[in-house]
Amino acid sequence: MNEISNKWIGKNTVRPDGAEKVTGRAQYSSDTTMPGMIWGHVLRSPHPHAKIKSINTKKAEALDGVKAVITSKDIVDFPLDKPVILGIQDMRWMCRNVMARDKVLFHGHPLAAVAATTEAIAEEACNLIEVDYEILPWAIDIEDAIKPDAPILHDHIKFNDKPSNIAGTLEHKKGDIEEGFAKADVIIERDFKTEAVHQGYLETHSCLVSVAADGRATIWSSSQGQFMVRAMTSFLTGIPQSNIRAIPAEIGGGFGGKTIVYLEPLATVLSQKTGRPVKIVMNREDTMRASGPTSGSKSKIKIGATKDGKIVAAQGTYYLQAGAFPGSPIRGAVGCSLAPYDIPNAHTFGYDVVSNRCKVAAYRAPGAPIGAYGVECVLDEIAEALKICPLELRKLNAAKEGTKAVHGPTYPTMGYMETLEAAMNHPHYKSQLGKHQGRGVASGFWFNAGGESSAQLNITEDGNVVVTTGHPDIGGSRASIANITAELLGIHHDRVSVLIGDTATIGYSNLTGGSRVLFASAMVVTESAKIVIKQLKQRAAKIWGIDEEAIEWENGEARPAGDNAGNFDPLSLAELAGKATATGGPIGAGYQVNTEGAEGGFATHICDVEVDMDLGIVRVKKYTSIQDVGKAIHPDYVEGQLQGGCAQGIGWALSEEYIYNKQGHLDNTGFLDYRMPVCSDLPMLDTVLIEVPNPKHPQGVRGVGEVPLVPPLAAISNAVYQAIGKRSYSLPMSPPKVLKIIEGN
Amino acid sequence: MSDTQYLAASTIEEAVNAHSKANGSARFLAGGTDLLVQIKSGIRKPNLVIDIKKIVELNSIEEISENEFVVGASVSGVNLNRNKKFSKLWPGVLEAFRLIGSEQIQGRASLGGNICNGSPAGDSVPALIAAGCIALIAGPNGKREIPIEEFHIGPGKTVLNNGEMLVSLKFPKREINSSDAYLRMTPRTEMDIAVVGCGVNITFENNVCTAARVSLGAVAPTPLLIKEASKIMVGSDLNSEILDKVSKVCMDLCDPIDDKRGTIDYRTKVAGVLFKRATLTTIDRIKGN
Ligand SMILES: Cc1cc2nc3c(=O)[nH]c(=O)nc-3n(C[C@H](O)[C@H](O)[C@H](O)COP(=O)(O)OP(=O)(O)OC[C@H]3O[C@@H](n4cnc5c(N)ncnc54)[C@H](O)[C@@H]3O)c2cc1C
Repeated sequence: MNEISNKWIGKNTVRPDGAEKVTGRAQYSSDTTMPGMIWGHVLRSPHPHAKIKSINTKKAEALDGVKAVITSKDIVDFPLDKPVILGIQDMRWMCRNVMARDKVLFHGHPLAAVAATTEAIAEEACNLIEVDYEILPWAIDIEDAIKPDAPILHDHIKFNDKPSNIAGTLEHKKGDIEEGFAKADVIIERDFKTEAVHQGYLETHSCLVSVAADGRATIWSSSQGQFMVRAMTSFLTGIPQSNIRAIPAEIGGGFGGKTIVYLEPLATVLSQKTGRPVKIVMNREDTMRASGPTSGSKSKIKIGATKDGKIVAAQGTYYLQAGAFPGSPIRGAVGCSLAPYDIPNAHTFGYDVVSNRCKVAAYRAPGAPIGAYGVECVLDEIAEALKICPLELRKLNAAKEGTKAVHGPTYPTMGYMETLEAAMNHPHYKSQLGKHQGRGVASGFWFNAGGESSAQLNITEDGNVVVTTGHPDIGGSRASIANITAELLGIHHDRVSVLIGDTATIGYSNLTGGSRVLFASAMVVTESAKIVIKQLKQRAAKIWGIDEEAIEWENGEARPAGDNAGNFDPLSLAELAGKATATGGPIGAGYQVNTEGAEGGFATHICDVEVDMDLGIVRVKKYTSIQDVGKAIHPDYVEGQLQGGCAQGIGWALSEEYIYNKQGHLDNTGFLDYRMPVCSDLPMLDTVLIEVPNPKHPQGVRGVGEVPLVPPLAAISNAVYQAIGKRSYSLPMSPPKVLKIIEGN
Repeated sequence: MSDTQYLAASTIEEAVNAHSKANGSARFLAGGTDLLVQIKSGIRKPNLVIDIKKIVELNSIEEISENEFVVGASVSGVNLNRNKKFSKLWPGVLEAFRLIGSEQIQGRASLGGNICNGSPAGDSVPALIAAGCIALIAGPNGKREIPIEEFHIGPGKTVLNNGEMLVSLKFPKREINSSDAYLRMTPRTEMDIAVVGCGVNITFENNVCTAARVSLGAVAPTPLLIKEASKIMVGSDLNSEILDKVSKVCMDLCDPIDDKRGTIDYRTKVAGVLFKRATLTTIDRIKGN
């Protein structure tokens, strides 16, 4: 890592998207319009599970203003017997999720779409579509989906050779847990339950698609990856990728939920059929009913420790809701749950369970919060049983450089221990608690990710810099890339503009997810900058008539390297840019690679709550998150990531949940009854940034965006226990539930 | 698809006539914070929307005699809050009204809208019932008055007949040594709907309660006036035994539903707790604490 100057890395520079956003100029997907544009609307299933016997679209087609009606016949069919994998998605499920084929599998499942001259006509036409359903029994909760006589969603999915709603399993093993438990002086085993929660992005899904007469499609949409949109739309419509241009927009939140497509293929086919640009915007109800959420879960955690606090064995069994199609984040649950610890004997096992709910989508550290919840709560009980401080217990067992993790890898340099020490020494941890208040702690881990990235770095004619990368900026990547570019080129930050390219203007870049974007794009930008600096030196060499090797690049200028090189006045970036035509042409370079070396992130959180003992209301009074962030390129943005994750964790722990009614319908599709915390529900969310640079990254970057959602569920649960003296083993800890626990029945 | 007509009425007469002619297909529009949401979600499809905010009587706050107020039905939360004297006399009514929505909603929302929307969980209603407010109603057949506790007849249903509108709310003359309070239970601190709401209005002189009205919201199909409570409280010093007794009465009279917002058991318990807390706050207010 380059430690020399750090003039811009680590500085809270002004965010490049700020002025546009606060003045309403920023373009979001639903701001886009086109001449001749018409509107799409999606018909959704009113039943949680039914066979589609027939769909009659005649009346809808006959309605004045209707231009086209489509059903699953218009979407490419991927037969069930052969997986077609794209990233973490399987096109067999995607094609059925965007448009139901033989069966509808959840309330809100799309089964037809209409394009018409107005939104209202499109909606009215949907109501004219006649569907003959054969209603089937349904299963919403995991218990109902895995019992022997459960209604089966997909007949071809087998578990133990029988049709089943268990669509997959994943396990990690280390040592021998039987032997481990035999050595334990204290063993605690508990069952936990969590509910499905939505990412809660304020901007709902939307897109505008224009397919021209030559068959070329342009897509404007709200997504976490324009290349993902291009690829999935290509698969689902059959249009080659070269004929699809996907344009990213500013994004009003995603948190993982915009890593798949819902509307884009439908709008594309409708536009193909009508020859008109088609726009579709989901309302909040449809967004809640048919996009996102992450899994609800049930789990069993068993941990054994010796009386001096050494964990000798740990076992975790997780069942995660996948929604209507396979693909719950069991990897995050079974992989991350024990990752902070050095445990000799461990076994984690996950079941992927389908049921008549909306297909889950990624949500910040998918699966990891569920994994950590049970483990970190049981550790709290172990610490209590052994009369050890819960942070001390974690220190005694903390994974370090060289520890072989239960999920496989051997850790390089990492800062988990540092987060524990910082927590113990933090004034928050030493502060006094008031009446009916309690304090809890918990730790968490997320893998982080690398993957494909592309960048192009161009020097403008006046000697400034435009950097283009290929990932939608959701958490501040443009500001951070500007900092890094300014640092590398030795120029003022204001001289760097960072743009997000579309699929036609920048090389393939994997989507914004897995906390990968700054890690990966900083790498390709660094490589691009190196090439550009080499070019600049070559130009100076040409002007001065000396060897390129005799030139160094410093503070934004080419200089002769030492006296032997000759006596020349430095040439600034602007001067070199001004002479570019004469010295060989435009200056600029791109770089693209599959980045490697992303290392995991660890955090420890401290939470104080106060409980209203008569009403069961839990309020978070004080919250501190302490995280190894590698290197904070733009500290404000890093803090924002930590605070955002904690806020979402507080919602998950206390008030958010998908509630289904007796008819199998989602009963809380708006923010009134789907209770995300509002500002006044949250205290100041304090952060401590620990910087243990990732040794495998040029600037030391580790992903930071997902780890903060891992510890809160347990930190809050443990705090509630300290406040009321009784433990809750299920989330959310809503007032009626907490009051029941307080009253002991 | 139907087209909706919009009429901004400038007099009560104009509004009432237009409404009664529409034969049930018209809605009055005050702040619109309920109505527009309902239209957008398809719950209501009025053919005619009659804006009543331009009618003077509905938009004024009048002190008709010393400490005796009449508040127009479509006065917004922000505007009522600006009246310093009203807020001093009726802190409970004001706090109930001010709990509605956010600052943005407060610029629009009205007491009339909250009452006429007819939700059993409307926040201002228990406070207005506790206050002993009278609803002044105008209709095609003239004017009438009715106590707020008789205004609701079921969820979403009120005594208003076709063509009738709520003009204003008449508050009783405020006696000295009196105050009120409203408390609600919501899982969130703001932007939420009452799981239970409780309004208390008391006169307390020389350590004796001489008048008391208690009302509960969201625990029955309509907001309740707990008449039993007044009987027990008046003449007492409101000691903890009395409060326990009334709290029990409140719980006994609850007839809530089990839904996603709260269970029968939980709502019932909360009603008892809120009554006590609201009463203690009211006593504090009277004592000037
Ligand atoms: C974000 C948000 C948060 C909210 N939070 C709360 C809350 O915390 N607590 C709460 O109780 N409510 C809440 N509400 C609901 C609403 O704001 C209140 O009920 C408000 O008082 C309604 O007043 P309004 O003037 O906007 O009514 P409008 O929407 O204009 O009218 C409501 C209904 O009453 C009728 N009406 C209005 N005035 C009259 C009249 N003078 N005569 C006859 N009929 C009339 C209308 O036709 C309509 O049916 C919230 C709403 C929103 C959108």
